[in-house]
Amino acid sequence: MKKIVAIMLALTFVLAFAACNKNEADKPDVKGEGVMTHAEYIAAPLDSQVTVETYVQAKQSWWEDKATVYSQDKDGAYFLYNMACSEADYAKLTPGTKIKVTGYKSEWSGEVEIIDATFEIEEGNYVAPATDVTALLGSETLIDHQNEFVTFKGMTVEASTAPDGSEVAFLYNWDGSGEDGSDLYFNVSKDGKTYNFTVESYLCDSSTAVYAAVKNLKVGDVIDMEGFLYWYEGVNPHITSVAAAK
Amino acid sequence: MKRVRALLLLALLVCPLLLASCHGSRGLPEFALPAELDASKTCEITFWAKNDTNKTQTAIYSKAVEDFEALYPNIRVNIRFYTDYGRIYNDVITNISTGTTPNVCVTYPDHIATYLTGQNIVVPLDGLMADPRYGFGGSELKFDGPEAEEMIPQFLGECAIGGIHYALPFMRSTEACYVNKTMLESLGYELPEVLTWDFVWEVSDKAAEKDENGVYAANGQKTMIPFIYKSTDNMMIQMLKQKGAGYSTPEGEILLFSDTTKDILRDVAEHTGTGAFSTFKISSYPGNFLNAGQCLFAVDSTAGATWMGSHAPHSDISPDKFVEFECAVLPIPQFDPSDPKMISQGPSVCVFNKRDPGEVLASWLFAQYLLTNEVQIAYAGTEGYVPVTEKAQKSDEYRRYLASAGGEDEESYEVKIRATELLLDNVGNTFVTPVFNGSASLRDAAGQLIENTAKSVRRKETVDDAYFEALFDDVNSLYRLDQHTGASAAGREDLGPLPAASAALLGTIAAVWIGMGAYLLAGRIRKKKEGKS
Repeated sequence: MKKIVAIMLALTFVLAFAACNKNEADKPDVKGEGVMTHAEYIAAPLDSQVTVETYVQAKQSWWEDKATVYSQDKDGAYFLYNMACSEADYAKLTPGTKIKVTGYKSEWSGEVEIIDATFEIEEGNYVAPATDVTALLGSETLIDHQNEFVTFKGMTVEASTAPDGSEVAFLYNWDGSGEDGSDLYFNVSKDGKTYNFTVESYLCDSSTAVYAAVKNLKVGDVIDMEGFLYWYEGVNPHITSVAAAK
Repeated sequence: MKRVRALLLLALLVCPLLLASCHGSRGLPEFALPAELDASKTCEITFWAKNDTNKTQTAIYSKAVEDFEALYPNIRVNIRFYTDYGRIYNDVITNISTGTTPNVCVTYPDHIATYLTGQNIVVPLDGLMADPRYGFGGSELKFDGPEAEEMIPQFLGECAIGGIHYALPFMRSTEACYVNKTMLESLGYELPEVLTWDFVWEVSDKAAEKDENGVYAANGQKTMIPFIYKSTDNMMIQMLKQKGAGYSTPEGEILLFSDTTKDILRDVAEHTGTGAFSTFKISSYPGNFLNAGQCLFAVDSTAGATWMGSHAPHSDISPDKFVEFECAVLPIPQFDPSDPKMISQGPSVCVFNKRDPGEVLASWLFAQYLLTNEVQIAYAGTEGYVPVTEKAQKSDEYRRYLASAGGEDEESYEVKIRATELLLDNVGNTFVTPVFNGSASLRDAAGQLIENTAKSVRRKETVDDAYFEALFDDVNSLYRLDQHTGASAAGREDLGPLPAASAALLGTIAAVWIGMGAYLLAGRIRKKKEGKS
């Protein structure tokens, strides 16, 4: 009897804890004084000063006290380009870390981002779940998810043409001019349309699982992918994981 | 007394170490050319190559290595590809401290000036170039390289720092203004032979006019940036040169922060305000906008010519965004069309020093092999590059290449060959900026002035004289220009007065030595006295 009671109590705690967490994730973000909502950020004109509270999702690079970070709150994403950041602070920016960012809204080749920014770390943590945008590929509403952590399911690897004219599953650099360690470019299709995806080597270098996974792809493989919905002259997802389609 | 003896003994042991550490870390010995290349010894060298993210260029580098190794079977060349000069520079700096520099490296003279602050890091090439066996046209060369007099003197001269050659030119380019001539004429203008700044600003302002719905009359689209400059450091440097204003002296004195610079920035501010002007850093690649009919004047390197035009072989925009237009290739805008001035740029190669002189000689041979017609003509054809030797420029093969402009294939892409001809026709109008330790930072600062001004206007900040004064201070501080002594890289810097701590240390050492001397002297005197007594 005691055992049953103990198990029931433990289960109750686990379920309650899970429910609390779920509630935490479901709770809308309450923004601080002078902080924009994501909708206000989207509505803000280019080159205007913006202040947002957001959560680090992934770090792309740090160089000479500047960090480039993918971030997201519960309503949308913010790409933080070359944000002022010491090396010590960069180490503190782990996935989920809440930061308050002040900078300027800008657009570079279609990528809307915050530049010339500064930030401070705040209390709070949130890791965004991946949103499935497979059905939105090729549609005008895909851009509404720009920079978000997303997933693509059941896509087929299509051939790319290597410098020697052969058909391959991926290229080092966009035209095959790179080598191991360069960005990886590969084609995937869905419903008869082909898209070019990237493993960005600053975000996921040659030591990462996704880099190895893409190098092992074969034309015709059907795969699921996760990554960030980056933009460069059109959608250019930066893929962070690849697995055989479930 | 034992204690005093122990201290003196310690001082005797420590002094040489202290003196050694005061001398600083030991560099490599000066390179001395060996009697001959030891063909019985296998030698492995590393070549860091820069390409423009261009598979043809990487293939040419790889073939050059393969052909060189066939000629010199005992030399193995490991190649590492870069697509960014900045990354090469950073990696070289890192590897200097660990003694793991490459053997041969594509670089810019500004960067070499920094490498030269180390002792014997970069090999001076004058002795090698003149060597009758392994120099230009040398008797022991296994390839048909250029004779000394076949090097374009101006390009070779650009690789000299303080009168000593520390690099070989590899390719040369300049900047071109790629013009959508079709759009320009639709606005009621005629394209002049030489663009002036006044003309470009005027037409750009006109092209920036849009209706109440945000549609530009020039292209019927909602996106239009009439004038985009890729490299704003080049923009500032060339405008100052054209105006006869100072930038820096050969000794490294900085003249950038002047009234002329403010005048240039006022123009930048005015035409950013009208929506006529933007930069690569702010908006994106000029070619992307030009090819989509969203830009009228796109200034970029002649080495970026394959990305320009309605039928550009290379592009980042989707085919459906291209518009049809006639693409004219002109020199950059000028203040005085009768006296045009444009920058000379492009990759050079330097050779790094190693403990084994045989390894350095092998590196030199490979660097020189890059000047053969096989490499020069092939690589120059990948972009709007110009070969750096007369041997290549005057060859039938190269003449045939230039004459092929307008053909169907990528190699004869007209915009690219017109860009090449632009430089060939204007070699005498090109210039380079003085090279010294800190000149790379000064170049960055020159561009930053334009970037910041343009950004501030877009952000509706007040841009006036007070703004420029503050901007000068900020940029001066950001790039630590006030901390450079201005010494030539090849010379020795004046390190200023000795720091107090160092002076105290040297004083202590001197006192210890005096104490030791006094102690020994006292001992001898005592012994003498004891002997006498």
